[in-house]
Amino acid sequence: MSSTVVSIENLSKRYTIDHRPGNRDGLRHVVESAIREPLAWFRSARQRKSQQVDFWALKDVSLNIQQGEVVGIIGRNGAGKSTILKILSRITCPTTGRVCITGRTASLLEVGTGFHQELTGRENIFLNGAILGMTRSEIIRKFDEIVEFSGVEEFLDTPVKRYSSGMSVRLAFAVAAHLEPEILIVDEVLAVGDAAFQKKCLGKMENLSQSGRTVLFVSHNMDAVRSFCQRGIWLKDGQLHRDGPVEEVTDAYFESIGNEAALSLANPAYGLKILKVALRNHRGEEVRQLQPGEDLTVEISYEAQKRIARPIIALGIIGVGGSCFTANMLLDGHRPSSLEGTGKISCCFRSIPLLPQSYTVRMIVRGADPSEVIIPYQDVASFNVVGDLAEYGYRGDFLQYAQRSTAVVVPYEWQLPDGTTATVSLSAPVSTT
Amino acid sequence: MHSDTATHPLPASASLSRPLVIEAGQFEQQYWRDLWHYRELFYFLAWRDLLVRYKQTVVGVSWSLIRPVLTMIVLTVVFGKLGKMPSGGAPYPLLVFCGMLPWGFFSTAISESGSSLVTNSNLISKVYFPRLIIIVSSVVTSFVDFLISGAFLMILMIWYRYLPPAAGLFLPFFVLLAFGASFGVSLWIAALMVEYRDFRFIVSYIVQFGLYISPVGFQSSVVPERFRLLYSLNPMVGIIDGFRWCLLHTQNNYWPGLVMAVVNVVALIASGIWYFRRTEQTFADVI
Repeated sequence: MSSTVVSIENLSKRYTIDHRPGNRDGLRHVVESAIREPLAWFRSARQRKSQQVDFWALKDVSLNIQQGEVVGIIGRNGAGKSTILKILSRITCPTTGRVCITGRTASLLEVGTGFHQELTGRENIFLNGAILGMTRSEIIRKFDEIVEFSGVEEFLDTPVKRYSSGMSVRLAFAVAAHLEPEILIVDEVLAVGDAAFQKKCLGKMENLSQSGRTVLFVSHNMDAVRSFCQRGIWLKDGQLHRDGPVEEVTDAYFESIGNEAALSLANPAYGLKILKVALRNHRGEEVRQLQPGEDLTVEISYEAQKRIARPIIALGIIGVGGSCFTANMLLDGHRPSSLEGTGKISCCFRSIPLLPQSYTVRMIVRGADPSEVIIPYQDVASFNVVGDLAEYGYRGDFLQYAQRSTAVVVPYEWQLPDGTTATVSLSAPVSTT
Repeated sequence: MHSDTATHPLPASASLSRPLVIEAGQFEQQYWRDLWHYRELFYFLAWRDLLVRYKQTVVGVSWSLIRPVLTMIVLTVVFGKLGKMPSGGAPYPLLVFCGMLPWGFFSTAISESGSSLVTNSNLISKVYFPRLIIIVSSVVTSFVDFLISGAFLMILMIWYRYLPPAAGLFLPFFVLLAFGASFGVSLWIAALMVEYRDFRFIVSYIVQFGLYISPVGFQSSVVPERFRLLYSLNPMVGIIDGFRWCLLHTQNNYWPGLVMAVVNVVALIASGIWYFRRTEQTFADVI
């Protein structure tokens, strides 16, 4: 039974940025300017307007969310993700448009909202719970569960100002995790906390979604978004850019980041300019797409106006889940004696054992002394791996999960109880036994 | 690990809840229902403020007593002894303290509630609940101080062996009036302070100035008859007079002043709520 629980129609939000000089924050400025130049106050209404720039954080966004959907909202900083959540949470009002929400909503825009340092952990649980919308009886009922989830039982009666930051986060999240709204809105709160804790929180959120609740999740952690959400919404510059299955949308997003990276590939102080980074296959053709097991050559064309002695170059192949593998002159020591004039350096990664996903190539250039960074570590290219996994020994029925699995696959062989062996290798096509 | 994986299933009534509509430029229809829904927050925020206030100070609760007592002593000396103002029969310290009681409530309320929105800016930008709750619970916190001072007043009366007249039964009415005045003015100040941060200087000036203008250190009967009505434009005049009428055997109340005070308080509350609601939607953007 799927009904629309959140419907957003033509939602726009405008902020006015005042570019007039000076601090306009006070009553006395209003009085001062009225006294000093009363005519100007009327006359310059137009002038005032021209110095006030409208910033549209959201432009005409429309979408519907069904009950039980787990939606991930992604986008660059400033794309409007937090704004849309704030509007849905009724913290700020839309400029135009309409939102219709059916069901009890709880928003987690920040962990530990309302936490007061002087109060004890116990008192803060009540305070934070009440602020998030739980009733006192509800908090009492869930109190033990909350304490157990947070793991700060022994310190419950000490003031929170004595907690480590990790403990505060765990306590705050423990309270929030026990909200049981029909619609949960979460904004990048998992950026805090260690990996183990983040996993625990995601697990808890997963329980919520499994029990039929709707979740809206904003995060920069693509891994979390992909593993947890079914639907992805990509907001770009305040507009709805893409809306679809989460793998599709995150792949597209990831790829666009790689494309945009052609920025600071020059360092005038050292006279080094990276002219081009080309990806080539074993035939030397420039490609954006490779098959598993193919050779990937990263070719860097540079121009060095000043001689750079013994630079250290490192390349990383990064997937959605993180770094896959690297080539690092810092370790291998095969540094060129110098970079002078124009030239090319390339690195060939043999038989890349990567699953069909999106990847970017990152590069860093250091000087003779490793602490001198000439070109900072950044995305310089992107590519996709595509291929029919069946050729590589994959015979499973759930190959759609390959999008989200760990990208690097080292060749392996199962020895099964019935005596047969099964080989899987992305480095080269496997003949089926 | 197991107790936290079980999440209670979605209640069956989930799909029956009325849809909430958020639209541009529209006062939320649900506001008054929300106030009821978030009613526990009134208690929690006041509880938090009181707890925090008294947790770290060694002097603790007695601090809310020491201030009015010291002021009482100073005003008694200045107006009573040095100024030789008439007290109408009651002991001068008692006269002063009866005025200090509502004034203390009012001045503490407007200073603290006035800045309560700015102090709670982290809540305003991250969580939704009707912001009126912040103002009310802040006034309630000041009310607790009022009650403590009230207890001291009783002790003072016992000390002077002074019994309040029958009119004392009307005291709750005047307490309510004082609450209303504090609430009304706080609404205005809080909403204005979000936009104009330097308003707090105006507030502290009102509080300082008001202590001498309002009949705290003296009786309002010393004000010449022809200025009495004008003088009563200050709602605290009617309220303080009322307190004195209830607790002391001294005077007949100046009724026009009381009517003026009631009218003022109602106007302040009504206009305060209007302005507050009008600007509330922009708080999160401006704060």
